[in-house]
Amino acid sequence: MKGSGELTTETTRGEVEQIYLAESRRVFASLVRLLGDFDLAEEALQEAFGAALEQWPRDGLPARPRAWLVSVGRFRGIDAQRRRRRLERAIAEEPPPARPWPPPAPDEIDEVEDPRLALLFACCRPELPRDAQVALTLREVCGLTTEEIGRAYLTKPSTIAQRIVRAKQKIRELGLKFEIPDRDELPARRELVLEVLYLVFNEGYAASRGSTYIRTDLSDEAIRLTRLLCELLPHPDCESLLALFLLQDARRAARTSSSGELILFSEQDRDLWDQTRLREGKMWLERALTGGAFGSITARAAIALVYGESAETGVIDWPQIIALHEYHVALDPQPVSRLARAIAILEGEGPKRAASLLDELAVEGSLEHFPPFHAARGELFRRLGRISEARSAYERAFALSQSEPERRLLERKLGELIS
Amino acid sequence: MKYLCLLYGNQEKVGRLSKEEFSALVERCKKYDEELRGTGAVRMVESLEWDVTTIRPQNGKPTVMDGPFVETRDVVGSVMIIEARDLNEAIRIASLHPAANMGEDLEWGIEVRPIAEGCHQ
Repeated sequence: MKGSGELTTETTRGEVEQIYLAESRRVFASLVRLLGDFDLAEEALQEAFGAALEQWPRDGLPARPRAWLVSVGRFRGIDAQRRRRRLERAIAEEPPPARPWPPPAPDEIDEVEDPRLALLFACCRPELPRDAQVALTLREVCGLTTEEIGRAYLTKPSTIAQRIVRAKQKIRELGLKFEIPDRDELPARRELVLEVLYLVFNEGYAASRGSTYIRTDLSDEAIRLTRLLCELLPHPDCESLLALFLLQDARRAARTSSSGELILFSEQDRDLWDQTRLREGKMWLERALTGGAFGSITARAAIALVYGESAETGVIDWPQIIALHEYHVALDPQPVSRLARAIAILEGEGPKRAASLLDELAVEGSLEHFPPFHAARGELFRRLGRISEARSAYERAFALSQSEPERRLLERKLGELIS
Repeated sequence: MKYLCLLYGNQEKVGRLSKEEFSALVERCKKYDEELRGTGAVRMVESLEWDVTTIRPQNGKPTVMDGPFVETRDVVGSVMIIEARDLNEAIRIASLHPAANMGEDLEWGIEVRPIAEGCHQ
Protein backbone atom coordinates (compact mmCIF):
# COMPACT_ATOMS: atom_id res chain seq x y z
CA MET A 1 0.00 0.00 0.00
CA LYS A 2 1.25 3.41 -0.92
CA GLY A 3 0.08 6.37 1.01
CA SER A 4 3.01 8.37 2.34
CA GLY A 5 3.94 11.62 0.66
CA GLU A 6 7.20 10.59 -0.93
CA LEU A 7 5.68 7.66 -2.79
CA THR A 8 2.84 9.60 -4.35
CA THR A 9 4.44 10.23 -7.70
CA GLU A 10 4.80 6.50 -8.19
CA THR A 11 1.18 6.07 -9.18
CA THR A 12 1.31 7.11 -12.77
CA ARG A 13 -1.39 7.60 -15.31
CA GLY A 14 -0.28 4.31 -16.87
CA GLU A 15 -0.85 2.45 -13.62
CA VAL A 16 -4.33 3.91 -13.23
CA GLU A 17 -5.08 2.82 -16.79
CA GLN A 18 -3.79 -0.65 -16.06
CA ILE A 19 -6.10 -0.89 -13.08
CA TYR A 20 -8.90 0.36 -15.31
CA LEU A 21 -8.28 -2.44 -17.80
CA ALA A 22 -8.16 -5.08 -15.11
CA GLU A 23 -11.01 -3.89 -12.93
CA SER A 24 -13.42 -1.79 -14.97
CA ARG A 25 -15.91 -4.56 -15.83
CA ARG A 26 -16.13 -5.72 -12.25
CA VAL A 27 -16.46 -2.16 -10.93
CA PHE A 28 -19.12 -1.54 -13.57
CA ALA A 29 -21.05 -4.63 -12.47
CA SER A 30 -20.94 -3.46 -8.85
CA LEU A 31 -22.18 -0.04 -9.89
CA VAL A 32 -25.07 -1.53 -11.87
CA ARG A 33 -26.01 -3.43 -8.75
CA LEU A 34 -25.75 -0.37 -6.48
CA LEU A 35 -27.29 2.22 -8.79
CA GLY A 36 -29.83 -0.06 -10.45
CA ASP A 37 -29.26 1.25 -13.96
CA PHE A 38 -26.86 0.45 -16.79
CA ASP A 39 -26.47 3.98 -18.13
CA LEU A 40 -26.06 5.59 -14.74
CA ALA A 41 -23.45 2.96 -13.85
CA GLU A 42 -21.54 3.66 -17.07
CA GLU A 43 -21.47 7.36 -16.27
CA ALA A 44 -20.45 6.69 -12.66
CA LEU A 45 -17.67 4.35 -13.78
CA GLN A 46 -16.23 7.05 -15.97
CA GLU A 47 -16.41 9.66 -13.25
CA ALA A 48 -14.75 7.32 -10.78
CA PHE A 49 -11.83 6.73 -13.12
CA GLY A 50 -11.62 10.44 -13.86
CA ALA A 51 -11.33 11.01 -10.12
CA ALA A 52 -8.70 8.26 -9.83
CA LEU A 53 -6.60 9.85 -12.56
CA GLU A 54 -6.71 13.08 -10.64
CA GLN A 55 -6.26 11.81 -7.10
CA TRP A 56 -4.09 8.70 -7.18
CA PRO A 57 -0.98 10.30 -8.63
CA ARG A 58 -1.35 13.04 -6.01
CA ASP A 59 -2.44 11.08 -2.93
CA GLY A 60 -1.13 7.61 -3.68
CA LEU A 61 -2.81 4.37 -4.58
CA PRO A 62 -5.61 3.43 -2.18
CA ALA A 63 -5.33 0.17 -0.28
CA ARG A 64 -8.25 -1.38 -2.17
CA PRO A 65 -8.45 0.36 -5.54
CA ARG A 66 -11.55 -1.54 -6.67
CA ALA A 67 -13.51 -0.72 -3.51
CA TRP A 68 -12.37 2.90 -3.81
CA LEU A 69 -13.64 3.08 -7.38
CA VAL A 70 -16.98 1.49 -6.49
CA SER A 71 -17.45 3.85 -3.59
CA VAL A 72 -16.53 7.00 -5.52
CA GLY A 73 -18.57 5.84 -8.50
CA ARG A 74 -21.57 5.27 -6.30
CA PHE A 75 -21.41 8.79 -4.88
CA ARG A 76 -20.99 10.33 -8.30
CA GLY A 77 -23.85 8.24 -9.63
CA ILE A 78 -26.13 9.31 -6.79
CA ASP A 79 -25.23 12.95 -7.44
CA ALA A 80 -25.90 12.65 -11.14
CA GLN A 81 -29.22 10.95 -10.56
CA ARG A 82 -30.32 13.61 -8.06
CA ARG A 83 -29.47 16.36 -10.51
CA ARG A 84 -31.33 14.58 -13.31
CA ARG A 85 -34.40 14.13 -11.17
CA ARG A 86 -34.47 17.78 -10.24
CA LEU A 87 -34.05 18.57 -13.90
CA GLU A 88 -36.86 16.26 -14.92
CA ARG A 89 -39.17 17.66 -12.27
CA ALA A 90 -38.34 21.26 -13.05
CA ILE A 91 -38.77 20.85 -16.75
CA ALA A 92 -41.18 18.11 -17.59
CA GLU A 93 -43.12 18.17 -14.34
CA GLU A 94 -43.31 14.42 -14.48
CA PRO A 95 -43.11 12.44 -11.29
CA PRO A 96 -39.80 10.63 -11.04
CA PRO A 97 -39.96 6.85 -11.39
CA ALA A 98 -40.40 5.05 -8.10
CA ARG A 99 -37.12 3.37 -7.26
CA PRO A 100 -35.54 2.86 -3.88
CA TRP A 101 -33.24 5.80 -3.44
CA PRO A 102 -30.49 6.41 -2.55
CA PRO A 103 -29.05 3.05 -3.51
CA PRO A 104 -27.55 0.80 -0.87
CA ALA A 105 -23.98 1.44 0.19
CA PRO A 106 -21.28 -0.80 -1.22
CA ASP A 107 -20.64 -3.69 1.07
CA GLU A 108 -18.37 -6.62 1.41
CA ILE A 109 -20.50 -8.75 -0.95
CA ASP A 110 -18.65 -7.43 -4.00
CA GLU A 111 -15.38 -8.48 -2.50
CA VAL A 112 -16.51 -12.06 -2.08
CA GLU A 113 -18.99 -12.58 -4.87
CA ASP A 114 -18.12 -11.53 -8.37
CA PRO A 115 -20.90 -9.15 -9.47
CA ARG A 116 -20.22 -9.89 -13.15
CA LEU A 117 -22.09 -13.14 -12.80
CA ALA A 118 -25.31 -11.42 -11.72
CA LEU A 119 -24.74 -8.91 -14.51
CA LEU A 120 -24.54 -11.79 -16.99
CA PHE A 121 -27.91 -13.07 -15.77
CA ALA A 122 -29.32 -9.53 -15.94
CA CYS A 123 -28.28 -9.30 -19.60
CA CYS A 124 -29.57 -12.75 -20.54
CA ARG A 125 -33.12 -12.05 -19.50
CA PRO A 126 -35.74 -14.24 -21.09
CA GLU A 127 -37.90 -11.17 -21.86
CA LEU A 128 -35.28 -9.80 -24.27
CA PRO A 129 -34.85 -10.95 -27.87
CA ARG A 130 -31.92 -13.30 -28.36
CA ASP A 131 -29.82 -10.88 -30.44
CA ALA A 132 -30.29 -8.22 -27.76
CA GLN A 133 -29.13 -10.65 -25.06
CA VAL A 134 -26.00 -11.35 -27.08
CA ALA A 135 -25.23 -7.68 -27.81
CA LEU A 136 -25.89 -6.61 -24.23
CA THR A 137 -23.70 -9.40 -22.82
CA LEU A 138 -20.82 -8.50 -25.10
CA ARG A 139 -20.96 -4.81 -24.31
CA GLU A 140 -21.91 -4.71 -20.64
CA VAL A 141 -20.22 -7.84 -19.33
CA CYS A 142 -17.27 -8.20 -21.71
CA GLY A 143 -16.72 -4.51 -22.32
CA LEU A 144 -16.68 -4.70 -26.12
CA THR A 145 -17.57 -1.47 -27.91
CA THR A 146 -20.66 -1.09 -30.08
CA GLU A 147 -18.37 -0.86 -33.09
CA GLU A 148 -16.53 -4.08 -32.18
CA ILE A 149 -19.80 -5.98 -31.80
CA GLY A 150 -20.91 -4.58 -35.14
CA ARG A 151 -17.71 -5.78 -36.81
CA ALA A 152 -17.99 -9.21 -35.20
CA TYR A 153 -21.56 -9.70 -36.43
CA LEU A 154 -21.15 -7.70 -39.65
CA THR A 155 -23.96 -5.43 -38.58
CA LYS A 156 -23.94 -1.64 -38.66
CA PRO A 157 -22.97 -0.16 -35.28
CA SER A 158 -26.13 1.98 -35.40
CA THR A 159 -28.25 -1.20 -35.53
CA ILE A 160 -26.36 -2.74 -32.61
CA ALA A 161 -26.58 0.55 -30.68
CA GLN A 162 -30.33 0.65 -31.06
CA ARG A 163 -30.63 -2.98 -29.99
CA ILE A 164 -28.69 -2.16 -26.83
CA VAL A 165 -30.63 1.05 -26.12
CA ARG A 166 -33.94 -0.80 -26.49
CA ALA A 167 -32.80 -3.70 -24.34
CA LYS A 168 -31.80 -1.31 -21.56
CA GLN A 169 -35.11 0.49 -21.91
CA LYS A 170 -36.93 -2.81 -21.60
CA ILE A 171 -34.92 -3.72 -18.50
CA ARG A 172 -35.79 -0.33 -17.01
CA GLU A 173 -39.48 -0.99 -17.64
CA LEU A 174 -39.36 -4.48 -16.18
CA GLY A 175 -37.15 -3.44 -13.29
CA LEU A 176 -33.53 -4.54 -13.15
CA LYS A 177 -33.06 -7.95 -11.60
CA PHE A 178 -29.49 -8.00 -10.46
CA GLU A 179 -29.21 -11.38 -8.88
CA ILE A 180 -28.37 -14.98 -9.43
CA PRO A 181 -31.75 -16.64 -9.99
CA ASP A 182 -33.02 -18.75 -7.14
CA ARG A 183 -33.04 -22.51 -7.15
CA ASP A 184 -36.38 -22.91 -8.95
CA GLU A 185 -35.48 -20.55 -11.72
CA LEU A 186 -31.80 -21.30 -12.01
CA PRO A 187 -31.82 -24.33 -14.33
CA ALA A 188 -33.83 -22.57 -17.06
CA ARG A 189 -31.93 -19.31 -16.69
CA ARG A 190 -28.57 -21.06 -16.75
CA GLU A 191 -29.59 -22.83 -19.92
CA LEU A 192 -30.34 -19.44 -21.49
CA VAL A 193 -26.97 -18.02 -20.43
CA LEU A 194 -25.21 -21.10 -21.84
CA GLU A 195 -27.06 -20.67 -25.12
CA VAL A 196 -25.95 -17.03 -25.37
CA LEU A 197 -22.37 -18.06 -24.60
CA TYR A 198 -22.62 -20.77 -27.23
CA LEU A 199 -23.84 -18.26 -29.83
CA VAL A 200 -20.96 -15.94 -29.01
CA PHE A 201 -18.42 -18.77 -29.21
CA ASN A 202 -19.82 -20.28 -32.34
CA GLU A 203 -19.78 -17.02 -34.27
CA GLY A 204 -16.13 -16.73 -33.23
CA TYR A 205 -15.32 -20.35 -34.05
CA ALA A 206 -16.97 -20.51 -37.46
CA ALA A 207 -18.17 -17.11 -38.56
CA SER A 208 -21.29 -17.52 -40.65
CA ARG A 209 -20.55 -14.42 -42.68
CA GLY A 210 -17.69 -12.28 -43.81
CA SER A 211 -14.12 -12.43 -44.92
CA THR A 212 -12.55 -14.29 -42.01
CA TYR A 213 -13.62 -17.65 -40.72
CA ILE A 214 -12.39 -17.44 -37.15
CA ARG A 215 -13.04 -14.45 -34.93
CA THR A 216 -10.70 -14.92 -32.02
CA ASP A 217 -12.10 -12.05 -29.99
CA LEU A 218 -15.56 -13.62 -29.76
CA SER A 219 -14.42 -17.15 -28.92
CA ASP A 220 -12.01 -15.78 -26.32
CA GLU A 221 -14.77 -13.76 -24.68
CA ALA A 222 -17.06 -16.79 -24.59
CA ILE A 223 -14.33 -18.91 -23.02
CA ARG A 224 -13.53 -16.24 -20.46
CA LEU A 225 -17.16 -15.87 -19.39
CA THR A 226 -17.83 -19.61 -19.30
CA ARG A 227 -14.74 -20.07 -17.18
CA LEU A 228 -16.05 -17.41 -14.81
CA LEU A 229 -19.38 -19.18 -14.66
CA CYS A 230 -17.68 -22.51 -13.92
CA GLU A 231 -15.64 -20.96 -11.15
CA LEU A 232 -18.44 -19.07 -9.48
CA LEU A 233 -21.48 -21.23 -10.12
CA PRO A 234 -20.18 -24.70 -10.87
CA HIS A 235 -22.53 -26.97 -12.75
CA PRO A 236 -21.79 -29.98 -14.97
CA ASP A 237 -23.55 -28.44 -18.01
CA CYS A 238 -21.42 -25.35 -17.73
CA GLU A 239 -18.26 -27.42 -17.30
CA SER A 240 -19.21 -29.45 -20.36
CA LEU A 241 -19.64 -26.25 -22.35
CA LEU A 242 -16.26 -24.92 -21.27
CA ALA A 243 -14.72 -28.30 -22.19
CA LEU A 244 -16.38 -28.12 -25.61
CA PHE A 245 -15.10 -24.57 -26.22
CA LEU A 246 -11.54 -25.40 -25.15
CA LEU A 247 -11.37 -28.65 -27.12
CA GLN A 248 -12.63 -26.98 -30.27
CA ASP A 249 -10.57 -23.86 -29.79
CA ALA A 250 -7.44 -26.01 -29.34
CA ARG A 251 -7.52 -26.60 -33.10
CA ARG A 252 -7.84 -22.90 -33.94
CA ALA A 253 -4.32 -22.42 -35.35
CA ALA A 254 -4.68 -25.50 -37.57
CA ARG A 255 -8.10 -24.64 -38.97
CA THR A 256 -7.08 -21.86 -41.32
CA SER A 257 -3.95 -21.26 -43.37
CA SER A 258 -1.84 -18.12 -43.09
CA SER A 259 -3.78 -16.72 -46.04
CA GLY A 260 -7.10 -17.37 -44.30
CA GLU A 261 -8.07 -20.50 -46.25
CA LEU A 262 -10.13 -23.09 -44.44
CA ILE A 263 -8.34 -26.35 -43.70
CA LEU A 264 -10.50 -29.45 -43.30
CA PHE A 265 -10.01 -31.65 -40.28
CA SER A 266 -8.36 -34.47 -42.20
CA GLU A 267 -5.78 -32.08 -43.66
CA GLN A 268 -4.94 -30.22 -40.46
CA ASP A 269 -1.41 -30.18 -39.10
CA ARG A 270 -1.95 -31.82 -35.73
CA ASP A 271 1.27 -30.37 -34.37
CA LEU A 272 -0.48 -27.01 -34.44
CA TRP A 273 -3.14 -28.15 -32.00
CA ASP A 274 -2.83 -26.42 -28.66
CA GLN A 275 -1.98 -29.17 -26.18
CA THR A 276 -2.59 -26.97 -23.15
CA ARG A 277 -6.11 -26.18 -24.31
CA LEU A 278 -6.71 -29.87 -25.06
CA ARG A 279 -5.53 -30.90 -21.60
CA GLU A 280 -7.60 -28.23 -19.94
CA GLY A 281 -10.66 -29.19 -21.96
CA LYS A 282 -10.23 -32.82 -20.98
CA MET A 283 -9.93 -31.81 -17.33
CA TRP A 284 -13.22 -29.87 -17.45
CA LEU A 285 -14.96 -32.71 -19.25
CA GLU A 286 -13.80 -35.16 -16.59
CA ARG A 287 -15.05 -32.81 -13.91
CA ALA A 288 -18.45 -32.56 -15.63
CA LEU A 289 -18.67 -36.34 -15.87
CA THR A 290 -17.75 -36.70 -12.20
CA GLY A 291 -20.56 -34.28 -11.46
CA GLY A 292 -22.95 -36.66 -13.17
CA ALA A 293 -23.48 -34.82 -16.45
CA PHE A 294 -24.08 -36.54 -19.71
CA GLY A 295 -26.29 -34.14 -21.54
CA SER A 296 -26.07 -33.13 -25.16
CA ILE A 297 -23.31 -30.56 -24.55
CA THR A 298 -21.31 -33.24 -22.71
CA ALA A 299 -21.71 -35.58 -25.68
CA ARG A 300 -20.40 -32.93 -28.04
CA ALA A 301 -17.47 -32.14 -25.77
CA ALA A 302 -16.70 -35.87 -25.67
CA ILE A 303 -16.74 -35.99 -29.48
CA ALA A 304 -14.34 -33.03 -29.59
CA LEU A 305 -12.10 -34.86 -27.11
CA VAL A 306 -11.93 -38.03 -29.21
CA TYR A 307 -10.90 -35.92 -32.22
CA GLY A 308 -8.36 -34.11 -30.04
CA GLU A 309 -6.86 -37.35 -28.80
CA SER A 310 -6.05 -38.35 -32.36
CA ALA A 311 -3.18 -35.85 -32.14
CA GLU A 312 -1.29 -38.36 -30.04
CA THR A 313 -2.31 -41.64 -31.62
CA GLY A 314 -2.58 -40.43 -35.20
CA VAL A 315 -5.79 -42.44 -35.64
CA ILE A 316 -9.34 -41.31 -35.13
CA ASP A 317 -11.48 -43.65 -33.09
CA TRP A 318 -14.46 -43.58 -35.49
CA PRO A 319 -16.62 -46.21 -33.74
CA GLN A 320 -16.46 -44.15 -30.57
CA ILE A 321 -17.20 -40.90 -32.38
CA ILE A 322 -20.18 -42.46 -34.15
CA ALA A 323 -21.45 -43.95 -30.88
CA LEU A 324 -21.23 -40.53 -29.24
CA HIS A 325 -23.09 -38.97 -32.16
CA GLU A 326 -25.85 -41.59 -31.80
CA TYR A 327 -26.08 -40.71 -28.14
CA HIS A 328 -26.15 -37.00 -28.94
CA VAL A 329 -28.93 -37.44 -31.51
CA ALA A 330 -30.95 -39.47 -29.00
CA LEU A 331 -30.78 -36.55 -26.56
CA ASP A 332 -31.08 -33.77 -29.09
CA PRO A 333 -32.68 -35.03 -32.30
CA GLN A 334 -32.75 -31.71 -34.16
CA PRO A 335 -31.69 -31.72 -37.82
CA VAL A 336 -28.30 -30.07 -37.23
CA SER A 337 -27.35 -32.84 -34.77
CA ARG A 338 -28.44 -35.49 -37.28
CA LEU A 339 -26.42 -33.81 -40.02
CA ALA A 340 -23.33 -33.95 -37.80
CA ARG A 341 -23.98 -37.66 -37.19
CA ALA A 342 -24.38 -38.33 -40.92
CA ILE A 343 -21.09 -36.54 -41.67
CA ALA A 344 -19.26 -38.59 -39.00
CA ILE A 345 -20.73 -41.80 -40.43
CA LEU A 346 -19.69 -40.79 -43.93
CA GLU A 347 -16.13 -40.22 -42.74
CA GLY A 348 -15.89 -43.15 -40.39
CA GLU A 349 -18.01 -45.85 -41.98
CA GLY A 350 -18.48 -44.93 -45.61
CA PRO A 351 -21.30 -43.63 -47.79
CA LYS A 352 -23.96 -46.33 -47.46
CA ARG A 353 -25.65 -45.48 -44.16
CA ALA A 354 -24.69 -41.80 -44.52
CA ALA A 355 -26.63 -41.72 -47.81
CA SER A 356 -29.88 -42.87 -46.25
CA LEU A 357 -29.50 -40.46 -43.31
CA LEU A 358 -28.82 -37.51 -45.62
CA ASP A 359 -31.74 -38.54 -47.81
CA GLU A 360 -34.03 -38.49 -44.79
CA LEU A 361 -32.88 -34.95 -44.01
CA ALA A 362 -33.36 -33.93 -47.64
CA VAL A 363 -36.95 -35.19 -47.59
CA GLU A 364 -37.66 -33.25 -44.39
CA GLY A 365 -36.24 -30.14 -46.02
CA SER A 366 -35.50 -28.20 -42.83
CA LEU A 367 -31.80 -27.82 -43.72
CA GLU A 368 -32.55 -26.69 -47.26
CA HIS A 369 -30.96 -23.27 -46.61
CA PHE A 370 -28.02 -24.51 -44.55
CA PRO A 371 -24.80 -24.55 -46.64
CA PRO A 372 -23.04 -27.37 -44.68
CA PHE A 373 -25.94 -29.71 -45.50
CA HIS A 374 -25.43 -29.29 -49.23
CA ALA A 375 -21.65 -29.49 -48.84
CA ALA A 376 -22.09 -32.83 -47.04
CA ARG A 377 -24.30 -34.11 -49.83
CA GLY A 378 -21.73 -32.95 -52.38
CA GLU A 379 -19.07 -34.95 -50.57
CA LEU A 380 -21.34 -38.01 -50.40
CA PHE A 381 -22.14 -37.93 -54.13
CA ARG A 382 -18.48 -37.38 -54.97
CA ARG A 383 -17.55 -40.53 -53.05
CA LEU A 384 -20.32 -42.45 -54.76
CA GLY A 385 -19.03 -41.27 -58.15
CA ARG A 386 -22.26 -39.40 -58.92
CA ILE A 387 -20.39 -36.38 -60.21
CA SER A 388 -23.19 -34.29 -61.67
CA GLU A 389 -25.23 -34.59 -58.44
CA ALA A 390 -22.10 -33.74 -56.45
CA ARG A 391 -21.63 -30.66 -58.58
CA SER A 392 -25.15 -29.37 -58.13
CA ALA A 393 -25.00 -29.95 -54.35
CA TYR A 394 -21.71 -28.04 -54.05
CA GLU A 395 -23.11 -25.30 -56.24
CA ARG A 396 -26.14 -25.03 -54.00
CA ALA A 397 -23.89 -24.76 -50.91
CA PHE A 398 -21.81 -22.13 -52.68
CA ALA A 399 -24.86 -20.07 -53.57
CA LEU A 400 -26.12 -20.14 -49.98
CA SER A 401 -22.84 -19.48 -48.16
CA GLN A 402 -22.08 -15.96 -46.99
CA SER A 403 -18.66 -16.80 -45.64
CA GLU A 404 -15.85 -15.99 -48.04
CA PRO A 405 -13.40 -18.70 -46.83
CA GLU A 406 -16.21 -21.26 -47.00
CA ARG A 407 -17.03 -20.18 -50.55
CA ARG A 408 -13.40 -20.51 -51.58
CA LEU A 409 -13.27 -24.01 -50.12
CA LEU A 410 -16.40 -24.96 -52.06
CA GLU A 411 -14.91 -23.51 -55.20
CA ARG A 412 -11.86 -25.72 -54.68
CA LYS A 413 -14.11 -28.74 -54.24
CA LEU A 414 -15.96 -27.90 -57.44
CA GLY A 415 -12.67 -27.52 -59.29
CA GLU A 416 -11.51 -30.95 -58.09
CA LEU A 417 -14.70 -32.53 -59.44
CA ILE A 418 -13.83 -31.49 -62.98
CA SER A 419 -10.27 -32.86 -62.80
CA MET B 1 -13.85 7.84 -30.97
CA LYS B 2 -15.31 11.19 -31.85
CA TYR B 3 -18.94 11.66 -32.81
CA LEU B 4 -20.52 14.62 -34.52
CA CYS B 5 -24.01 15.47 -33.40
CA LEU B 6 -26.16 17.56 -35.69
CA LEU B 7 -28.99 19.21 -33.80
CA TYR B 8 -31.98 19.68 -36.03
CA GLY B 9 -35.12 21.73 -35.67
CA ASN B 10 -37.82 23.54 -37.59
CA GLN B 11 -36.40 27.02 -38.05
CA GLU B 12 -39.71 28.55 -39.06
CA LYS B 13 -41.40 27.47 -35.84
CA VAL B 14 -38.53 28.79 -33.73
CA GLY B 15 -38.80 32.07 -35.65
CA ARG B 16 -42.48 32.38 -34.72
CA LEU B 17 -41.77 32.28 -30.97
CA SER B 18 -42.26 35.54 -29.09
CA LYS B 19 -39.26 37.12 -27.39
CA GLU B 20 -40.51 35.91 -23.99
CA GLU B 21 -41.12 32.38 -25.24
CA PHE B 22 -37.68 32.31 -26.80
CA SER B 23 -35.84 33.43 -23.67
CA ALA B 24 -37.84 30.94 -21.58
CA LEU B 25 -36.71 28.26 -24.01
CA VAL B 26 -33.09 29.32 -23.67
CA GLU B 27 -33.40 29.27 -19.87
CA ARG B 28 -34.67 25.68 -19.93
CA CYS B 29 -31.89 24.64 -22.27
CA LYS B 30 -29.24 25.97 -19.93
CA LYS B 31 -30.03 23.35 -17.30
CA TYR B 32 -29.46 20.55 -19.79
CA ASP B 33 -26.36 22.23 -21.13
CA GLU B 34 -24.91 22.22 -17.63
CA GLU B 35 -25.44 18.47 -17.33
CA LEU B 36 -24.03 17.93 -20.77
CA ARG B 37 -20.83 19.87 -20.06
CA GLY B 38 -20.55 18.13 -16.70
CA THR B 39 -19.84 14.84 -18.45
CA GLY B 40 -16.49 16.14 -19.64
CA ALA B 41 -17.07 14.35 -22.93
CA VAL B 42 -18.25 17.30 -24.99
CA ARG B 43 -15.37 18.63 -27.04
CA MET B 44 -17.40 21.33 -28.72
CA VAL B 45 -21.00 22.51 -28.76
CA GLU B 46 -22.13 25.65 -30.56
CA SER B 47 -25.33 27.12 -31.93
CA LEU B 48 -25.34 28.38 -35.50
CA GLU B 49 -26.50 31.65 -37.01
CA TRP B 50 -29.13 31.34 -39.70
CA ASP B 51 -27.27 33.12 -42.46
CA VAL B 52 -26.03 30.45 -44.88
CA THR B 53 -23.53 30.54 -47.72
CA THR B 54 -22.92 27.60 -50.05
CA ILE B 55 -19.82 26.94 -52.08
CA ARG B 56 -19.81 24.44 -54.96
CA PRO B 57 -17.27 23.60 -57.59
CA GLN B 58 -18.32 24.80 -61.00
CA ASN B 59 -16.08 24.29 -64.03
CA GLY B 60 -13.34 23.29 -61.62
CA LYS B 61 -13.62 26.49 -59.58
CA PRO B 62 -15.35 27.31 -56.30
CA THR B 63 -18.62 29.13 -56.92
CA VAL B 64 -20.34 30.95 -54.09
CA MET B 65 -24.10 31.30 -53.58
CA ASP B 66 -26.16 32.43 -50.65
CA GLY B 67 -28.63 29.98 -49.19
CA PRO B 68 -28.32 26.42 -47.93
CA PHE B 69 -26.90 23.43 -49.81
CA VAL B 70 -30.20 21.59 -49.49
CA GLU B 71 -33.42 23.51 -49.07
CA THR B 72 -35.33 21.79 -46.22
CA ARG B 73 -37.73 22.66 -43.47
CA ASP B 74 -35.60 21.02 -40.77
CA VAL B 75 -32.20 22.61 -40.48
CA VAL B 76 -29.11 22.14 -38.37
CA GLY B 77 -29.28 24.72 -35.58
CA SER B 78 -26.36 23.51 -33.46
CA VAL B 79 -23.41 21.20 -33.74
CA MET B 80 -21.64 19.22 -31.06
CA ILE B 81 -18.62 16.94 -30.95
CA ILE B 82 -18.55 14.21 -28.32
CA GLU B 83 -15.63 12.01 -27.45
CA ALA B 84 -16.79 8.61 -26.27
CA ARG B 85 -15.66 5.00 -25.95
CA ASP B 86 -18.28 3.81 -28.40
CA LEU B 87 -21.53 4.69 -30.14
CA ASN B 88 -23.74 3.69 -27.20
CA GLU B 89 -21.78 5.97 -24.90
CA ALA B 90 -22.06 8.81 -27.42
CA ILE B 91 -25.82 8.21 -27.55
CA ARG B 92 -26.04 8.25 -23.76
CA ILE B 93 -24.19 11.57 -23.59
CA ALA B 94 -26.04 13.15 -26.54
CA SER B 95 -29.30 12.20 -24.82
CA LEU B 96 -28.51 14.88 -22.22
CA HIS B 97 -28.73 17.60 -24.87
CA PRO B 98 -31.85 19.81 -24.78
CA ALA B 99 -32.77 18.67 -28.30
CA ALA B 100 -33.22 15.12 -26.98
CA ASN B 101 -35.43 16.17 -24.07
CA MET B 102 -37.54 19.12 -25.14
CA GLY B 103 -38.66 21.06 -28.19
CA GLU B 104 -40.89 18.32 -29.58
CA ASP B 105 -43.24 20.99 -30.95
CA LEU B 106 -40.26 22.65 -32.63
CA GLU B 107 -39.32 19.32 -34.21
CA TRP B 108 -36.00 19.13 -32.43
CA GLY B 109 -33.85 16.06 -32.78
CA ILE B 110 -30.27 14.86 -32.92
CA GLU B 111 -28.34 12.98 -35.56
CA VAL B 112 -25.27 11.19 -34.18
CA ARG B 113 -22.53 10.35 -36.66
CA PRO B 114 -19.13 8.81 -36.03
CA ILE B 115 -16.26 10.94 -37.29
CA ALA B 116 -14.13 8.88 -39.68
CA GLU B 117 -10.60 8.83 -38.37
CA GLY B 118 -7.55 9.64 -40.42
CA CYS B 119 -9.34 10.92 -43.54
CA HIS B 120 -7.94 14.44 -43.45
CA GLN B 121 -4.46 13.73 -42.17
